[in-house]
Amino acid sequence: MLSCKEATHLMSEGLDRKLGTGEQLQLHLHLAMCSGCRNFREQMDFLRTACRGFLGRVEADEEQPPK
Amino acid sequence: MPDTALIDADFVTAIRRDLLKFAQLQLRDAALAEDAVQEALAAACSGARQFAGRAALKTWVFAILRHKIVDLIRQQSRTTNISALGEDEAGLDEAFDTLFKQNAHWRPEARPGDWGNPEEALRESRFWEVFEICLNHLPENTARVFMMREFLEFETAEVCSELAISVSNCNVILHRARNGLRRCLETSWFAPGEKPC
Repeated sequence: MLSCKEATHLMSEGLDRKLGTGEQLQLHLHLAMCSGCRNFREQMDFLRTACRGFLGRVEADEEQPPK
Repeated sequence: MPDTALIDADFVTAIRRDLLKFAQLQLRDAALAEDAVQEALAAACSGARQFAGRAALKTWVFAILRHKIVDLIRQQSRTTNISALGEDEAGLDEAFDTLFKQNAHWRPEARPGDWGNPEEALRESRFWEVFEICLNHLPENTARVFMMREFLEFETAEVCSELAISVSNCNVILHRARNGLRRCLETSWFAPGEKPC
């Protein structure tokens, strides 16, 4: 059984590589029982979205004066 | 109309500020950031004619800047040991450890909370200020690895090989960064004032 701490590591790695079947299964089981880790995973997904959004904002041409 | 007018003083002033902010976040060094931006702008000016509009041009200048930043990070990684655990990194790890009980499950008061619909925050400019402050609070080496992964969009294996660190070390650093950022956003934006410390 995964601990929450181990689950957080797997969730972070899940953003960087495809988890193995065994890892996915263990994580899935853990998440089914643990609301804290479910929230953690949503927060990880949000972080990635926010980073993409940050890049998009930085690169957007907001300052372009109307011509 | 002459197509050379695409890069004019107004455009440069506006884009310079954004480029500098981006470079500064990643390089944590004002002089290095300034150099990277100068070089990116110079390179852009010499090739600007192929561009139909400023939006595409800005994206392109940013792409040039990213390459410059990567080059600088590569040079720096030869002289600094990224995997060495600094005091601030160790502090971040300790703070992470205190979120858990002995059995490695969440302490009730540290259990990640429900952020509701966090995407709504993305529309608020104040959120982006907080986000940037939180990025800046990450320890330097931790931030560098994280930004290479998320902003320069390297695969993890590339980050590791560029910085000459092991994959497991890379994973630990990315996890440290993500959790640090998560905690910072939680205390500074999603639940301000609710956490004791």
